[in-house]
Order: sequence, then structure tokens, then C-alpha cells
Amino acid sequence: MTTRTTLKLLGSTTLALITGLTPAMAQMTSIGPGEGELSIVAWAGYIERGETDKAFDWVTKFEAASGCKVSVKTANTSDEMVALMNEGGFDLVTASGDASLRLIAGGRVQEINKDLIPSWSTIDPRLQDAGWHMVDGKHYGVPYMWGPNVLMYNTEVFKEPPTSWNVVFEKMDLPDGKSNEGRVQAYDGPIHVADAAQYLMFHKPELGITSPYELNEDQYKAALDLLRVQRTLTSRYWHDAFIQIDDFKNEGVVASGSWPFQVNLLKADNQPIASTIPQEGATGWADTTMMHVDSKHPNCAYMWFEHQLSSNLQSDLSVWFGANPAVPAACTDGRGMQTAEGCTANGLDDFDKIKFWTTPVSNCSQGEGACVPYYRWVSDYIGVIGGR
Amino acid sequence: MSPAPAILPERGLADRLTALFWRHPRLLLAVLLTPPLLWLGVVYLGSLAALLLQSFYSIDEFSGVVKEEFTLKTYGELFRAQNMDIIIRTLLMSAVVTVGCAILAFPIAYYAARFARGKWKAIFYLGVMLPLWSSYLVKVYAWKLILAKEGIVTWAADGMGLVPVLDAVLSIPGIGGNSLSTSYIGTFLVFVYIWLPYMILPMQAALERVPTSMLEASADLGASRSQTFRTVIFPLAMPGIIAGSIFTFSLTMGDYIIPQIVGNSSRFIGLAVYQLQGTAGNTPLAAAFAVVPIVVMLVYLWVAKRKGAFDAL
Repeated sequence: MTTRTTLKLLGSTTLALITGLTPAMAQMTSIGPGEGELSIVAWAGYIERGETDKAFDWVTKFEAASGCKVSVKTANTSDEMVALMNEGGFDLVTASGDASLRLIAGGRVQEINKDLIPSWSTIDPRLQDAGWHMVDGKHYGVPYMWGPNVLMYNTEVFKEPPTSWNVVFEKMDLPDGKSNEGRVQAYDGPIHVADAAQYLMFHKPELGITSPYELNEDQYKAALDLLRVQRTLTSRYWHDAFIQIDDFKNEGVVASGSWPFQVNLLKADNQPIASTIPQEGATGWADTTMMHVDSKHPNCAYMWFEHQLSSNLQSDLSVWFGANPAVPAACTDGRGMQTAEGCTANGLDDFDKIKFWTTPVSNCSQGEGACVPYYRWVSDYIGVIGGR
Repeated sequence: MSPAPAILPERGLADRLTALFWRHPRLLLAVLLTPPLLWLGVVYLGSLAALLLQSFYSIDEFSGVVKEEFTLKTYGELFRAQNMDIIIRTLLMSAVVTVGCAILAFPIAYYAARFARGKWKAIFYLGVMLPLWSSYLVKVYAWKLILAKEGIVTWAADGMGLVPVLDAVLSIPGIGGNSLSTSYIGTFLVFVYIWLPYMILPMQAALERVPTSMLEASADLGASRSQTFRTVIFPLAMPGIIAGSIFTFSLTMGDYIIPQIVGNSSRFIGLAVYQLQGTAGNTPLAAAFAVVPIVVMLVYLWVAKRKGAFDAL
């Protein structure tokens, strides 16, 4: 062995040691034994261990098989998820499309080696290379769940399902003859501007909106004007799922954009509640499990990636949350409680009607700097809620 | 056998330490003062300094990552219309809550200071303090249900035929709303309920210090009851009122839970800080917002000091 090869060997061993010590520097190439812990930032109801309802548990078995104790930090909005990941100390996050690109741009999540995830090929082909987790040909996450933002309504007021989102955007009389003022709600997150834009896309084609997440100044202004009308109808905005549930029970709220999660909980409580996707279509979320760049438990994280695709999680979570599995086979192969009819009811066939949450950026398909970027959505939406 | 020496030999470490401290009294002082000073200096003022520092940073508006470069841009953002709204809304609410607390607290404190005796005094203290012992969150959620559209207040108004009165109150532009729990009136009521004890206690302490002889002198000189109140009791109770108002004003200004649960979703400073820091990841703007109450309170305390609110401390 020449001195040179010895040096090279030494060098690469050192490098391997360094990379071994700081796995964040490069994507993983193999999975070792679990580190005993895994912390996940997730939406409410996403990680269930049978404590809310015994029948819904997709954590206990994972913990037993992998030895990784799962801890969950619940986040209410995408902004909160980004903030938590910026703070650090977590391994995984179930990020929606309006958070994932920001996490990638901020260098907070690491590239995923999909060869280490045996069940990757079972993922819905429409999600495998989706633009909200793949940048420059690199994958930064594993698809988790997707679903629509439905219109939740009170069946005692609406004998027929409302056919348009106008019940929450325009002042009008509801089928029970009383005005909708003070009886509707809206989501307390800036991404709700997109719902207004989607409504305008249908009703004011002259604005020329092609995507609710790519708005030029005029289109954006029209959306804000619509939201100002909505402010006069809305007595409180919701961002905590359980406060919204309480408002539907005690505050006389009868219609609001919502998640199937609240609809299912209210139905389970025998409340007169149902949901629909009106003619304008709906915005929706497609969530991706992403791994923090400084994750302390990368092996557990990769084991979770495989678990989320291959276990009962996809099937049972889609029943629990009223969402659709990223692995379509989970609807039919009996690994959990979900059925083909159930997936259809959750909107599996409406994939094309749904505009998935994406972070608005200024360089969009309308041109460089043509669109209004997200930070303005944030400050302007605070203004709209403040009555400005 | 020699006589015992006047100075006993040292018997161990404790003796040596005692001798050391006796010879150098300042050393003892330093040893005793260092822990609290460290706490005050590092933990308390240090975190405040870190906060101030953050407010001079700015945020990369797409990725939400803080740029650690000195800039005044973040303070400039405070002057945007929607942020000024938040500041003015908070200051107005704090002021109104303080006045509301003062008006409600005065008769209670006056009774406790002048008339309650023995057992009744104890019951009074218990009554005032009791709400402070139960969970803050539970109380606020309870108020959300009490004030809800289908809650107790509406039910009671319905039973007494007072619904038109309730509707009239709720239709006041600006502060009304769809129900008490979604209006500024509701937020005000809950704030007053939560902070009232902090007003009553210092006010009572001030009223107890008003000498009875002065009231008798006032009566002897022919002052009517209202004259006595205006020229003797009220000015002498003023330091207590100001001390109480410092509590209610600053507590309202910093609270972020009540406006989140009761109210119409409009932001208050505390809520804005909570959301900007926790939800939007905009720590610099959150820090800039957090500086506002500090500045306001410094001015407030300066005025209060000039009015003699701290003379009795």
C-alpha cells in the first residue's frame, strides 16, 4: 500500500466519521438500528395512538416493532409548523404544500433517499413527484395524506347541501330565511386568501385567475375585497379545530370552510352537520412527511417513512381524518378500516378539482415578480381580520 | 496548667468562615447578593436584552428565516396601518378595562377598608382572592360559554324578556357583534373579571391609610359627603388607584389568551406577539411588538411616580 492510498483511506474514513456524526450533511445511505425516540410536528388528529378512540391506533405497533418512542407536537397552522421546524429539536413534520416549499428554501429539511423506503413505489403516482416536495429533481419528503377543505354546514338550516361557497362570501339569506351575518366562519390563516381567489376564478372569469396561489396585484386586490365582505359576515375566525366545534354547537354558526376532521367529530357527537364540495371546487391540502436537517433520530425517521406507507396508518387515518391515503391501495386491500366507497366519499375521485395549498411566491407563471408573495398575504390578512 | 487564652483556637471551617466574614463584612454581602443579582442580571435583564436585539433583526420573507443583520426595518413595519390598529386597539382596551376595574373596585375596596370587621374581613379577602386560585384558562373558557349566543346570558335575557336590550347593546357599532362572546364587549367583560382583584387589593390598602380624623375634620368644617369624597378620600386613595391601574393596564396589554377565545379574532399586542413568534416565525416583528408595552409602561410608571403612587410602598 502506498503512502498516498493510505492517506486517501485515512481521509475518507475521517470523512465517513464526520458524516456519521452529523448525518444532516448528506442524505442517508443506509438505515441503522433505531435511536429509541422520534418527535413529530403534526396536524391535530394525524398521529393517533388509540387514546382519543381505541379503534384508531397507528403508533403503538410502530413503537413496539422499532423501539422508537413517538412524541407529537400538534400545530394548528402551516405557519406554526414552519416556525417550530425553524426552532429545531424535531425529527419529522407533516407539512402541507404551503409550508413544504418554505421549509426547503429555508434549508430546514433534508433530502430523502427513496431507495431506503421499500414501499415508495406504492405511492399514488400523481403524488410521487409532486411539486410541493420535489425541487430540482430531489425529493424532500414522503407523501402522507391529502384531502379537500370542505364546506361544513348545519343540516337543519340547509335541507339541501349548499351548491356554492357564496354562503360564506356574500351577504345573503340562508334557506331558513335568516341572514348569514354572524353565522358563518372562515379559516384564520393567510392561505384562506386562496379560497377567495378560487371563488372569483369561477364567478369573475374576467379577472383571468388561473391559479388561486398565483395572483397579480389586481386579482389579489379583488380577493381581499371579497374577504372584507366576509369579515362583515364572520363574528369569529377559526384556527383551533376544537374552538370551531364549540362554535358550531354554542355560537349559532351554521356554515364554514372546514376540515373533514371537525365534520366527523361533530357527526360522531350526533350534531346535525354535513359537508360538501361546492361547484367552485375546493382548496385542499396534500401533506408530506419531511425530515429535519438536524434530526437526531434519522434511523427512526426512516422506519417511520416505511411504516406510514405500509401499515394500517394510511387506511385508518383516512377514515379518522376523512382524508385520502397517499397509497391508493390502502382504500381497498383491507389493511385497515377504509373501503373504496369511503375513499370516494372523501373525494378520492376529485383530485383534479382540488387546488392544493402551495406557498405563493412573487416569481410565478405570470412572470418574474408578477405575483403577490406570501408575506404580504400574512400582513394583509391580519389587516382584513382587524377590519381594514 | 496555663490559663485559657483570650482568643480561642479555631475549631474548623465554620469558625474560619465566620472570622473571614467578620473581618470583611463586604464579602458576606457579596456572597449573599450574587445569586439574586445574577438572576436579575442574566436571566431577567439578559432575556430582555436578547429580545431587544431580536427586534433589530429582520426576516427573510419567503423562507421565514431570521436575518441577523442590524436594521430598523422591523420597527418601520410597526407603523403599517394594520399594526398600528393592533397597538391602538390594545391601548384602548387596556385603558377601558382599567377604568372599568377602578369603578367596580372602589365601592368594594371602600366597604372592605371602612366597614368590614373581624370574620367579614376574612370572608372578604377570601372572596377577592378566590378567583385567583382557580385555573385562568378554565375561567376564560367558562366565560366563553356564559357569553355564547346559546349561553347563559342569552338564556337569562330570554327568560326575563330582555332580549331587545341585549340586541340593542350588541348592535352598538364598533364594539357590538353577533353575540357577547364574539364582541369587544365580551372581551372587556372577561378582562375586567380576570384582573379585578389586582385593582381591589392596592385600592383597599390605600383607603385603609386614610385617617378617620381627616374625615371627621372635613365633616366638622361643613363639607357634604360628596365634597368629602372629592376633596379628601379620592385624592388620598389616588396612589392606590394608580398602583392598581398599573396591574390592570399592563396585564391587559400583555394578555394573549382572552382575545383568542373571547372576541372577534381581531389581534391584540399579546396575541400578535404570540402569533408572529409562535405561528408565523417572525421573531423580529414579535420582538418589536413586545417593546411597545415596555415603552408604554415606562412612561406610565414615570407618570405614576410623579403622582406619588410609590410613596406608600
